[in-house]
Amino acid sequence: MKIRIDEEKCCGYAACLSAAPELFDLGDDNIAIVLNPAPPADQHAAAREALAACPTDAIVVEE
Amino acid sequence: MTARPHGTVIVGASVAGIAAADALRKNGYDAPIRVLDAQPVMPHNKPPLSKQALEPGHDDARLALRPESYFADAEIELMLGCRAVGLRAAELLVDLDDGSALAADDIVLAPGAAPRRLPAAQMLPGVHVLRSLPDAVALRRALDRGRRVVIGGCGFIGAETAAAARKRGLEVTIVEIAPEPFRALVGAQPARALTRLHRDHGVRILTGVGVTAVAGRGRAEAVLLADGRQLPADVVVLGLGVVPAVEWLTGSGLAIGDGVTCDRYGRSSVPHVYAAGDAAAWPDPFTGLPGRIEHWTTAQQQGAAVGHNIARPGDLQSVPAVPYFWSDQYGVRIQSLGWLDDPAEILCVHGDFGAAEFAAVYRRGDKVAGAFGLGAARHLMPLRSAIERRAPWSEITGRSVPAGASA
Repeated sequence: MKIRIDEEKCCGYAACLSAAPELFDLGDDNIAIVLNPAPPADQHAAAREALAACPTDAIVVEE
Repeated sequence: MTARPHGTVIVGASVAGIAAADALRKNGYDAPIRVLDAQPVMPHNKPPLSKQALEPGHDDARLALRPESYFADAEIELMLGCRAVGLRAAELLVDLDDGSALAADDIVLAPGAAPRRLPAAQMLPGVHVLRSLPDAVALRRALDRGRRVVIGGCGFIGAETAAAARKRGLEVTIVEIAPEPFRALVGAQPARALTRLHRDHGVRILTGVGVTAVAGRGRAEAVLLADGRQLPADVVVLGLGVVPAVEWLTGSGLAIGDGVTCDRYGRSSVPHVYAAGDAAAWPDPFTGLPGRIEHWTTAQQQGAAVGHNIARPGDLQSVPAVPYFWSDQYGVRIQSLGWLDDPAEILCVHGDFGAAEFAAVYRRGDKVAGAFGLGAARHLMPLRSAIERRAPWSEITGRSVPAGASA
């Protein structure tokens, strides 16, 4: 799995931090940062939860 | 695999309804999926309707929940402009306004909620509610030529609308029946911070008084208050809360309380009928009692869980246990996690209540029950895990709980 942020879409709602704090952080500009773009299998469910939780559809997950 | 000749009928092209359809397909469901909605508009996101969508010249295409091609590609049939008027739950039949009925193997009820209105005679031109895209388009046009805006109800819809109207330079008054605006929503000190935010941006907030009527010849000209005052207005916005859209389910055979009563997997009292979103009352993780949650994120999560549970009934899923919502007012991001109602104590863990940004935690008994912040997403969102595991108050705040408070 690969994950990244579409910075054009991210509005800094931080829903991803809530869903998967081990995978995402928020930068000083309030745009999400991916902490681990290739998460291990045991974090895939959290990554999908973050994808679904994002109000602006700004998380890109390639499986 | 069981034969599913009729497939799933989803009532409501809401975020919950579309999430259910999406989850069905993602979980390998290959029977027909039909999503019906009374409104003849493409499925859209509602949170921006009281925010960006009120800005002049907003491009409403940006509100689409999915690109149009998504529905064809996923073989999800949209039946827009088609109103469900009744449900025969035991027979799995949905009655439509044209007199026909849809048969289903499974039914998802995601009809959402309807805004409270004034009596019909007072819903004059110039009086607005804000729930759907057509509502937002009408209000945006009214704001384009409006001057004096009066908002009934200081909840989040009222507050966001006030912020949008002030950004346009309009004169804005909020009328709130409670003595302290926002207090019932977020507790005393955060409520004062929100109230100050609005007053600092030039909003007049009248408290402890309700709207009794809207007056005008042919269109709204003034709002009459319970204490006899009259506020001149050319745009009136009602932010008086919502009621779950379940009146059409009377006589359906479903258990209905404040919304459709469900278990933690979204199953109603009748097999193969599920509910998700604003009209669904899933058990509150804190109390176990049925409770509706009117948040976008919860609707999305409940819809996704229901879709999963229909496709994979042997592997039932519930939703994350901590409700989340956000608001944007004057460029300030406002966020909430968990349970903010009736706290025993509220304490800042970042910044302070008088500052432009803060994050605060809410206590129930000796546990952390919720968190709320202004402009402090980074400090707030990591608190979710503490709320989820009911972390001891002392562990998160470093403060002891007053004697006798531990439940």
